Amino acid sequence: MSDIVLNIDGKDVPATAGMTVLQAAQQAGIHIPTLCHHEKLEAYGGCRLCIVGVEARGKTSHVVSCLYPVESGLVVHTRSEKVDKIRRVLIEELMAHAPDAPELVKLAYEYGADRNRFEKEASFCILCGLCVRYCAEVKQKNAVGFIENGPRREISFIPDVAKDQCWDCQECFTLCPTSYAQAAYMLTEALAFPGQRKAKSPTSEQVRVSVP
Amino acid sequence: MPLLKSAADLDQLRSDILARRDPARPSIAVCAGAACDGLDSAAVAGAFKAEIARHGLEARLDLRVTGCHGYCEKGPNVVAGPDDVCYFEVTPEDVPAIVTATLKGEVFEDRVYKDPRTGALAVHMNEVPFYKHQTRLLIGDNPKIDPMKIEDYIAVGGYAALTKALSTMTPDQVLAEVKKANLRGRGGGGFPAGSKWETTRNAPEKTKYVIVNGHEGESAAFMDRAMLTGNPHKVIEGLIIGAYAIGAQLGFIYTRHDAPRLVEHVKAALAQAEEYGLFGDDILGSGFSFRAELHFDVGIFVSGESSALMRSIEGNPPEPRPKYIRTSVSGIWDKPSNLNNVETWANVPQIIARGADWFTGIGSDKSKGTKLVSLSGNVVNSGIVEVPMGTPLRTLINDIGGGVRDGKGLKAIHFGGAMGGSIPGHMIDARLDFDEMSKLGAPIGAGGLLVMDEDTDMVEVARYLLDFLVKESCGKCVPCREGMHQMLKILTNIAEGRGKKFDLDRLADLTEVTSLASLCALGKTSSDPLKSMLRYFKDEYEARIAAGSAAGSPAI
Repeated sequence: MSDIVLNIDGKDVPATAGMTVLQAAQQAGIHIPTLCHHEKLEAYGGCRLCIVGVEARGKTSHVVSCLYPVESGLVVHTRSEKVDKIRRVLIEELMAHAPDAPELVKLAYEYGADRNRFEKEASFCILCGLCVRYCAEVKQKNAVGFIENGPRREISFIPDVAKDQCWDCQECFTLCPTSYAQAAYMLTEALAFPGQRKAKSPTSEQVRVSVP
Repeated sequence: MPLLKSAADLDQLRSDILARRDPARPSIAVCAGAACDGLDSAAVAGAFKAEIARHGLEARLDLRVTGCHGYCEKGPNVVAGPDDVCYFEVTPEDVPAIVTATLKGEVFEDRVYKDPRTGALAVHMNEVPFYKHQTRLLIGDNPKIDPMKIEDYIAVGGYAALTKALSTMTPDQVLAEVKKANLRGRGGGGFPAGSKWETTRNAPEKTKYVIVNGHEGESAAFMDRAMLTGNPHKVIEGLIIGAYAIGAQLGFIYTRHDAPRLVEHVKAALAQAEEYGLFGDDILGSGFSFRAELHFDVGIFVSGESSALMRSIEGNPPEPRPKYIRTSVSGIWDKPSNLNNVETWANVPQIIARGADWFTGIGSDKSKGTKLVSLSGNVVNSGIVEVPMGTPLRTLINDIGGGVRDGKGLKAIHFGGAMGGSIPGHMIDARLDFDEMSKLGAPIGAGGLLVMDEDTDMVEVARYLLDFLVKESCGKCVPCREGMHQMLKILTNIAEGRGKKFDLDRLADLTEVTSLASLCALGKTSSDPLKSMLRYFKDEYEARIAAGSAAGSPAI
């Protein structure tokens, strides 16, 4: 029931009720940048990079496309001076933490972001929550979670769970845009359960060598 | 106690209560509001009790321990009836003299208000400058009510509005009356309560909830606590009327875990209302049933945000919900949930009892009724003030507040706590109006008004407020977590003389992006104080940066 037609960047795009603007755009081959989005996970709305301008009922506003539901007659602008500026500043803010993360470097180039705009605090994690949510929603293990709030927020592997679950999974390592998840796991192992991880195939040495 | 089965039963009970009470009988009301309590008003109340017992005056003098009277600056407050003689800064030692004077119909002059300039005495409540410029429709009953006694509330006309609604009005008529009154939400946004009610009422789900937001996390705001602690039945009555109009069977009163007296009063009020048949099953024999539960926050500022609050009631961590769907359509457990703040609910009974036309006769063009304001900062009289919407800030600050402390100049007026804004002192003739204050960049918010004198450092104010919010950000979304963090670092640098030339540019970008892109209201409005300061006090920031570079810090 493709009963909804919205307009994205001047192009009429079909959609079905319940879809988000991001889904409709992706289906139509229109690119919107994301960092915390993953098709297997519930929309999170954390990175805000997928922000777009929408005109609905005579009002223009900025919404994140990963959460905003499609509606008929909605007019969406995925690029504008304002949208680009928001994305640029968000990238600059994240680059204070992970200045060399490949995805950020690429985005910085596209949006003209200055990696040195804000004082560096290299925590390497940009708190997109992919690891945390993937572990909870897809793997249903909850081996990694968020601790603390505000700027003190960080991801943390829970040793009791991580010890038994992580080595044979490692799926979050590849999801992580900054490779921090892997580092955080290794650090947790080294500090909390050295030599005690459970693994079906103990080919650990090779993997360990690959960790910087 | 009587189980009331009809409107007539309640009228009869009220007549009985009033018949037992002699309005001419002397009485003592001791304020036990938060400020007076902190000044040990309990010792004053204890001294009155002992004095009455010592002389066997139980039959001649009533003693009431009440909620906040309002004049926090001069606590402990005591009001002596029958003609409302106000005593301030009362100590236990003053008690025998006040008792003697009250019984004789005289005044103990040592503790009445004395004009600081002329020395003239203001004895009665309607003569004391702090009170006489107010219109105390909501908080005015506080001195007359022991919050633990439902009969005190019934005696002043309590639950008459509920009776009227249930016995003479349909839910649609109640809704229409509230819409007509143009009651706007007192929690911060000023959104029309009637429209919100209507959205929840019209939502297809049958199960609906109503919620009292009594979280009051806004810094420098303390009136909701005074209202709910001092007169819990007024809020509960408003909630039941709202539930009737909306079609909700269950309500939640969400408040602070760290306010034991408030909790005690609300619990007692709910129990008593149920005992009397004013709450629970088949209220007043109308067939309408409604219950409400008390829920507590977990000590996090953002739990006052509506969607976070609802997550908290569900038993989840109080993180704001990112969805673009109104909680009035899909809130607690995805059911339509109408949330209003304490003061909004407290306005409902009088709108129903006295009518929308009466209500719209008070206030400004688009902001109707009165507004409770927590007045604090560098002002002579701090306390809780209630004035009609549209009242000039000059009246609030000078006539009621007694002006700036120590004869200093007024530098700025700050509204709305950590997410509010500051306007310069010369704008003192601005009016207390949702739209007018919003336009000026100092939205009323929940109503915390902070007076700032000429010595106030505006960089430090912004830094201080932001420091509070940074600690309260949940950290989920980038613009709030990182944006505020960077703003705070830059402001700290400026405040400590390490400001750089491009800092104002960076602040402008950060404030813009944080307010446009944040997930919830905390982030969206976190930079409002800073924005207002860059609007009105930019030169102070520039001067600070220049002074810093002159002192040796390199201006890049």
